[in-house]
Amino acid sequence: MSIVTVQLGQCGNQIGFEVFDALFSDSHCPQGLCSKRENEAYQASCKERFFSEEENGVPIARAVLVDMEPKVINQTLSKAAHSGRWKYGQHSCFCQKQGSGNNWAYGYSVHGPRHEESIMNLIQKEVEKCDSLNGFFIIMSMAGGTGSGLGAFVTQNLQDQYSNSLKMNQIIWPYGTGEVIVQNYNSILTLSHLYRSSDALLIHENDAVHKICAKLMNIKQISFRDINQVLAHQLGSVFQPTYSGEGSFHYRRNPLGDLMENLVPHPEFKMLGVRNIPQMSENSLAYSTFTWAGLLKHLRQMLISNAKMEEGIDWQVRPPLSGLPTLGKMSLNKEFHFNTSIANLVILRGKDVHSAELGAFKDPALYTSWLEPVHAFSVWKTQRAFSKYEKSAALVSNSQFLVKPLDMIVGKAWNMFASKAYIHQYTKFGIEEEDFLDSFTLLEQVIASYCNLGF
Amino acid sequence: MTQSVVIQVGQCGNQIGCCFWDLALREHAAVNQKAIYDEAISSFFRNVDTRVVGDGGSISKGKICSLKARAVLIDMEEGVVNEILQGPLRDVFDSKQLITDISGSGNNWAVGHKVFGSLYQEQILEKLRKSAEHCDCLQCFFVIHSMGGGTGSGLGTFLLKVLEDEFPEVYKFVTSVYPSGEDDVITSPYNSMLAMKELNEHADCVLPIDNQSLFDIISKIDLMVNSGKLGTAIKPKSLVTSSAGAFKKRQEKPFDAMNNIVANLLLNLTSSARFEGSLNMDLNEISMNLVPFPQLHYLVSSLTPLYTLADVNIPSRRLDQMFSDAFSKDHQLIRADPKHSLYLACALMVRGNVQISDLRRNIERLKPSLRFVSWNQEGWKTSLCSVPPVGHSHSLLALANNTCVKPTFIELRERFMRLYKKRAHLHHYLQIEGMEESCFTEAMSSLSALIQEYNQLDATKSMPAEDLPRLRIAV
Repeated sequence: MSIVTVQLGQCGNQIGFEVFDALFSDSHCPQGLCSKRENEAYQASCKERFFSEEENGVPIARAVLVDMEPKVINQTLSKAAHSGRWKYGQHSCFCQKQGSGNNWAYGYSVHGPRHEESIMNLIQKEVEKCDSLNGFFIIMSMAGGTGSGLGAFVTQNLQDQYSNSLKMNQIIWPYGTGEVIVQNYNSILTLSHLYRSSDALLIHENDAVHKICAKLMNIKQISFRDINQVLAHQLGSVFQPTYSGEGSFHYRRNPLGDLMENLVPHPEFKMLGVRNIPQMSENSLAYSTFTWAGLLKHLRQMLISNAKMEEGIDWQVRPPLSGLPTLGKMSLNKEFHFNTSIANLVILRGKDVHSAELGAFKDPALYTSWLEPVHAFSVWKTQRAFSKYEKSAALVSNSQFLVKPLDMIVGKAWNMFASKAYIHQYTKFGIEEEDFLDSFTLLEQVIASYCNLGF
Repeated sequence: MTQSVVIQVGQCGNQIGCCFWDLALREHAAVNQKAIYDEAISSFFRNVDTRVVGDGGSISKGKICSLKARAVLIDMEEGVVNEILQGPLRDVFDSKQLITDISGSGNNWAVGHKVFGSLYQEQILEKLRKSAEHCDCLQCFFVIHSMGGGTGSGLGTFLLKVLEDEFPEVYKFVTSVYPSGEDDVITSPYNSMLAMKELNEHADCVLPIDNQSLFDIISKIDLMVNSGKLGTAIKPKSLVTSSAGAFKKRQEKPFDAMNNIVANLLLNLTSSARFEGSLNMDLNEISMNLVPFPQLHYLVSSLTPLYTLADVNIPSRRLDQMFSDAFSKDHQLIRADPKHSLYLACALMVRGNVQISDLRRNIERLKPSLRFVSWNQEGWKTSLCSVPPVGHSHSLLALANNTCVKPTFIELRERFMRLYKKRAHLHHYLQIEGMEESCFTEAMSSLSALIQEYNQLDATKSMPAEDLPRLRIAV
């Protein structure tokens, strides 16, 4: 089954390119550490999911590129064509002349309705190329105007038009210290709208990925390209093919459905975070060996201590002893806090994957009480190594990972809203104070729900 | 991609404009080696086949034939515009896009605004409509003028109302040169005050500049160049004030160095919209991020570096110095000290070989020494454009919405009051049809209200930032 990706705005398009590039490079990587037949099955599965075939053999990404100004799309198209290995469809992009000006209201209320037909037609064409549609990826940032506002609009449309297909929004959480001054307004409007129309929000935080680049990859002068490549690596480690079940050697056909079923049991809880291990520069990779026990031990501690990467993990954090009352409702101010999960998905790739021991992830203490661990935890595997890492593990978690960042954004947006700063820029295009209040209410509800998981 | 039209009004406006077009051509020539007419060039220039008579000559793609500036030149005396049209840039301007008169405005805002305004309204509209027609997607008008005289000040601000009515969706960025203390035009406080009211009401963004600051910057550069303190030589094209290597050789005129600084400001402001980069910033984003309340749209600007040394490998310390300098009061283009006032918002537009980590490192480093208003503690808007300006490997333009503009306005009000109390020269204004005393008092109130807004914000400076109680959800 295939996934159609919609790349929106500068961020969405820049990242989208890196994602397809990473998926393609990995699937054609000679160091798969498995048999030739296995490798071919993996490649075929990846291809079916993300690429369609063209006559002269160059795979075309199953993607629609949307931006309200032309510079980034032009760059993205030429970068892909230049590589010679894969490319974007010639007619897969929609572009305008003037951007959204970092204005969510403009993206949502002006560009959305104006270009609804053209954009949905493009998506329809891409969907028709698929033998069977698994669902949609929508890659967008929250901070700007197009990705955020138009992204919310398009997601709503997808819900109406393709109600049977799944939608996962890949959301880029901006740096805490501004890229865009009105980013907090744009973010709360985006999140509140997506909460109603999307099936799952997979969140990628710029701050976290930046730290990975600095500490783990040892990059001195970090560019957005570096950040986007790490992000693409994380996504690839989740969505490249995996076996469909325990003991099976056939590749899973419905990754989105399986993921949603495992991770999003309740519509109140849609925010997913992703972690992966190991992550290092290529040079270091040559000198490192790993064991599944070691990797999983770190990954589990990253989960329960809410660490963003494998360095600087706080090993003091322990799950509460079962039988004893929990340490009280999650306080947003407490430093060392145990991260309660609703559901977790671990993805293992590489040598001896079947020998990996995952019991520690099934500990009921990790999870909220209203789901049995057998339902709360799932694992996907493949022997085929990912992107030159002999062994690698990824975690997609529906847990309290994002409570603090969300709380911070809501707090800052609220402070700004109280002073009415910048509101005239939004009311100009039909987003009223009431819309802001609705967004605040919804998100405070989400924060409260996630905070109460400890009970 | 969008287009912008530059409207240069009065002597000052036209002289700055001339420098701007010169440097713009130089920049595009350096970037666009193959002489193909691309979208970046089309933002400010039309490509015209001069063999075709009349209007049909526009070419949208392919090789560059003849570039025409998207400009309208307005002056009520002929001297400056004539000089431009006889100078080396004559081919760049479309001779039909001029409005001139002979007598001049006599340093009288009322003459510029009321007399010439009504006289030339139709013509102005016609030229503006024409330049808009030539644009695929017109995004922005850049108005360049001075505040102290008659034409730039009066007719320049009359224009704003026309633009607002005729092109309500197009942004209006106004570059205004404010009179310095030792201005030789006696009536400049009247002209500036009357013009301020128009700027308050009709401009989207104003970039105030004053001559004294520009002059100080030039003196600083001269000092550095001549002191021999610098071990290696300065790269010739890199002075922010120079037109060396400019497209057409011009005679260096007295204000040229200062005007080049303003020209560079405009180029850097639009660079991220014209050229590619990893974090683009379009012109409509400037207004969106830097104008939290409609009246507070005055942006203090600073440009760094002022020159580049010849060594190619710039260590990151040098890069960090560039960021530090952007906040120093010596680099601001008006007399202002942003570090000791309150920031409402700040934009950093970086060009060249600078990455996101450099940007973040410097923001973290400089943040503690800057004061931001309580509801905008992280009020940073940033952009990264890959194409550096000519002669530099990187550069930074900082735009600050900061209460440090207040002193300029207070001083303006004081100078105005000194004249107005004695009713000096008032009759020159009141004798113009349409002018009454209320024009003056209204302008005063408008400016006072603006100053009061800044005062109120400054009052919050010393108050601790308190978080407001959030919405409570019943669980």
